[in-house]
Amino acid sequence: MFALVDCNNFYASCQRVFEPHLRNKPVVILSNNDGCVIARSNEAKALGIPMGAPAFEYKNIFEANNVFVYSSNYALYGDMSSRVMNILTRYSPEIEIYSIDEAFLKFKGFELFDLQNIGLDMQRTVTKGTGIPVSIGFAPTKALAKVANKIAKKYPERTQSVYTIDNEEKRIKALKWTKIEDVWGIGRKHAKRLQAKNIFNAYQFTLLSDEWVRKEMAVVGLRLKHELQGKPTLDLEQPKSKKMIATTRSFEKPFTKLEDISERVSTFTASCSEKLRKQNSHCNMIMVFVHTNYFRKDQPQYSRNIIINTDFPTNSTIELNHYAQIGLKAIFKEGFHYKKAGVIVMGLTPNNETQLSLFNISNPKHQPLMSVIDKMNKSYGTNKVKFATQSVGRQWRMKQEKLSKCYTTRINEIININL
Amino acid sequence: MKLRNLHNTNTFEFYIPDYSTELQLPLFDTGISAGFPSPADDFIELSIDLNKHIIKHKDTTFFAKVKGHSMKNVGIFDGDLLVIDKSLEPQDGRIAICQIDGEFTIKRIKKEENIFWLIAENEDYKPIKVTPENDFVIWGIVINSIKYF
Repeated sequence: MFALVDCNNFYASCQRVFEPHLRNKPVVILSNNDGCVIARSNEAKALGIPMGAPAFEYKNIFEANNVFVYSSNYALYGDMSSRVMNILTRYSPEIEIYSIDEAFLKFKGFELFDLQNIGLDMQRTVTKGTGIPVSIGFAPTKALAKVANKIAKKYPERTQSVYTIDNEEKRIKALKWTKIEDVWGIGRKHAKRLQAKNIFNAYQFTLLSDEWVRKEMAVVGLRLKHELQGKPTLDLEQPKSKKMIATTRSFEKPFTKLEDISERVSTFTASCSEKLRKQNSHCNMIMVFVHTNYFRKDQPQYSRNIIINTDFPTNSTIELNHYAQIGLKAIFKEGFHYKKAGVIVMGLTPNNETQLSLFNISNPKHQPLMSVIDKMNKSYGTNKVKFATQSVGRQWRMKQEKLSKCYTTRINEIININL
Repeated sequence: MKLRNLHNTNTFEFYIPDYSTELQLPLFDTGISAGFPSPADDFIELSIDLNKHIIKHKDTTFFAKVKGHSMKNVGIFDGDLLVIDKSLEPQDGRIAICQIDGEFTIKRIKKEENIFWLIAENEDYKPIKVTPENDFVIWGIVINSIKYF
């Protein structure tokens, strides 16, 4: 049996743990730079505020309905997430952290246990210990666990937020209840095609022939069909190292000078390099891109990217920035108002599998230097130690006008209790 | 280095360091190679880790800062750093962080038949009676209060 544990309205719930006045009030969380809504409490959903709503368009609606608006506070969400996940690992040794607020657990060899009761205990322990409410679905396959989870979330009173699909009758009932567009892994395109074929719920989908599903939806679709039929086909996935790492940002105002963009590219490269070192990888290629503001139809438009092969696998900020700057000089053109740039490192290899070339290798002196810089930045705060190509005074700032405190990760931002 | 007595009171004796003498010690600037035999090697204890002694459940432990004086009789003062464990059951007589009607507060809890009393540790504050009408949550149990002098 598998369980899918999912935190209810995770970001909004994190804010609520430390701000009791938010209970039963509408809360929305905005994306980076306070652009659009990325999370909503149930009360905000009930007001009809859609996912992705642009903040500036909904400003009046927020004010009229006393909606509490927050910038995303990933330091807080990340810490709360790891607390939830750590508690879950007490219940099963096999866990796949699927996203910041969801985890699959495998219960192999638990046949003699009442999983529903284990689920209720998990639900209570996580909710009490962290303040984050969770919903749990149990089923013989991952896709069915997703379905069971949806039922637990939809009917919290009836299910006590835990639902188990453990027989055919429950499986069929649950699938008939699940709209085809809500099935895990069925995208908008496939949903449309299936609806055109008069398939409106997940149960009808499982009645299609294997041949048709394989032809129309490839092997991924066929696996999904088997999963929904109750045949376990997907196992827990082990975390994989990333295949590429990107740091891309819009500028707060348009840049026209090469040196301004050059500083940004240095900073993005430093951030990519740091992430590479963090996951113990080297890269073999670096891509740099720049573009103007597409929305300014009145201005000349220009966008270009370039990929440079590094002569050897590296994760040194110094070496990668050398290549990034060559790339930027090659694609930069005078006379444009640039709005955005980015750096993407690709061709990642684990540190212990780097191909050494006979004549060119990454400067071995850089490794200890980088590790010292990483340690210093970790203990003194990010970007305290910078490279000379990065501006010293400039700290890249996200627009975060409604940022709450980092209640769990900064000692000077913890909650105050009034006696 | 010697110490020179500076001033005595009934409770303290104050000294200042005296640097008038000096002792030259050899400096090994070549670094000490690994495996340098030390008579203390077999007796190295782990250093004291306050986290280990104070925090029993790290995933459910949170910190908060105290503002106010309603708990002064148990030694919880303004500015103290509280260590709170959310996973503990609220037993009668424990000191708890509570949320009542959208506000955080810290009080000793007393349970009666479907009523909670929130009792301050300061004569100037009356006990608060919590009834089902109140929006009331016991947020966590206070396990330590850390002071800074």
